[in-house]
Amino acid sequence: MQTKRVTFSHRWLPYLLIAPQLAITIVFFIWPAGEALYQSVLQQGAFGLTTQFVGLENFRDLFSDPDYLHSFTITIVFAVSTTAAAMISALLFAGMADYVMRANAFYRTTLIAPYAVAPAIAGVLWWFLFNPSIGIIAYVLHQLGYNWNHLVNGGQALLLVIIAAAWKQISYNFIFFLAGMQAIPRSLIEAAAIDGSGPMKRFFTIVFPLLAPTTFFLLVVNIVYSFFETFAIIDATTQGGPGDATEILVYKVWHDAFIALDLGGSAAQSVVLMAIVIGLTVIQFRYIERRVEY
Amino acid sequence: MIENRPVFTFFAHAVLLVGLAIVIFPIYLAFVASTQDSSTFLGGVVPLLPSSHMLETYGRILGSGFGSIPVWRMIANSMVMALGIAIGKIAISIISAFAIVYFRFPFRTLAFWLIFITLMLPVEVRILPTYSVAAGLDLLNTYQGLILPVIASATATFLFRQFFMTIPDELLEAALLDRASPMQFFKDIMLPLSRTNIAALFVILFIYGWNQYLWPLIITTDQNMTTIVVGIKQMVNVADGDPQWQLVMGTAILAMVPPVLVVLFFQRWFIKGLTEPEK
Repeated sequence: MQTKRVTFSHRWLPYLLIAPQLAITIVFFIWPAGEALYQSVLQQGAFGLTTQFVGLENFRDLFSDPDYLHSFTITIVFAVSTTAAAMISALLFAGMADYVMRANAFYRTTLIAPYAVAPAIAGVLWWFLFNPSIGIIAYVLHQLGYNWNHLVNGGQALLLVIIAAAWKQISYNFIFFLAGMQAIPRSLIEAAAIDGSGPMKRFFTIVFPLLAPTTFFLLVVNIVYSFFETFAIIDATTQGGPGDATEILVYKVWHDAFIALDLGGSAAQSVVLMAIVIGLTVIQFRYIERRVEY
Repeated sequence: MIENRPVFTFFAHAVLLVGLAIVIFPIYLAFVASTQDSSTFLGGVVPLLPSSHMLETYGRILGSGFGSIPVWRMIANSMVMALGIAIGKIAISIISAFAIVYFRFPFRTLAFWLIFITLMLPVEVRILPTYSVAAGLDLLNTYQGLILPVIASATATFLFRQFFMTIPDELLEAALLDRASPMQFFKDIMLPLSRTNIAALFVILFIYGWNQYLWPLIITTDQNMTTIVVGIKQMVNVADGDPQWQLVMGTAILAMVPPVLVVLFFQRWFIKGLTEPEK
């Protein structure tokens, strides 16, 4: 680990300074995470009075459970669609804002507003717009001859939560893409313009390749977001339904623990989720270390 | 702008205006809905223009609430939680980053890894065991219970550590020559230098805290402790029939106002704080 050339020397002060954070981390992080690992290899008896060690059986059950595999598939569809929608639209808006420059601050200020909106609220806003009886978008779709009812149609419910989740995430991606574009030396763009390439060509041959590190960073962040931070969107709107059409993994962990009371199964799901986050974090860190400067 | 291309410029503005519409439309319509009379929603689709019942709606929401507790109480709960998370996390992170960067002590590497392992693991994935720990410590339905577990993450510590590593060693050498104590150095040099970082982190963490959902949902069972973001769900999912949409949307607007204002006012710091530590 990197350190300073010179440091203070003091016998107890550094421990005192680090103690609050260490205490909170151990009590609310290390201990619960250890508990999840421990629970994941136990199974409770029918009345919760006995527990026994079952090794990896909870994990075997999990991956042979069609409901869990279904939830996994839904999560991947949800995460990929949300990430794609939020990143592509943000890249488009950032590219245009970077091009026009005039009124840049005005566009920027408005486009970053959804960052501040809670996922649960974002869900409720779109839930309202698509409400089959009073929602304006559902009404317009109906006039166009398309029958929208996410209360019975699972595919439409999934689309609805994807829209809400992507809407909220556009701001974050926009901020990073715009900052990335503004860090590209103006002279590069001007040289290309003098050589006769138009804005579209410059975007695809210069700007987008130079944004690769930002894009990669955002890709990981967006996947983490859609995997883990979208619980509120689901819970405030579809609650996993209709049926289990929108039951993503974080929703299932909560549901199995607090509603279905399957402690071992939920703990095993927690462990799987932890493994996914740790994997993504490692990828992210390697990227931070090796970030390529062109 | 580099060259003069009126058609492309027009196209760019058009795309941006579509972007603005996508961002604003849901919020605008929520506001419009909050100004309607409850009977409006019986007659089909929501109108596109505000009506005259705005004061009535907001008065009712803030004053008596509906069924549970008045919404001002929820806003107060959210405020305590968001401020607690932002201030608490900054306070514990800045001193632990200071210890890690400016001291050498036994078990320093162990402490570093214990803290940094939490970097990206959100509370969602360890929800049940964290709940049992909090319950065991008697933290259900308390502000400490709302705040402390959410603080257990190393993001802020990591940012402060990165920033402290960029501060020139000469400052410390000069302080040592002047026989400044570590805490004097911290107070007179590190804190003033960190001002911008603290402000940026404050904005990010305030929003993060305000928008918490899953943790407040399970840690509070007493209605008096409900936060506004959680409270709104209980209004949407009413047991019998349709929700009172004008009240739901009015509450949604109130839940958005504080974090949106914070972001807009501190926009510059906030953007800097988000994009720059990413080194």
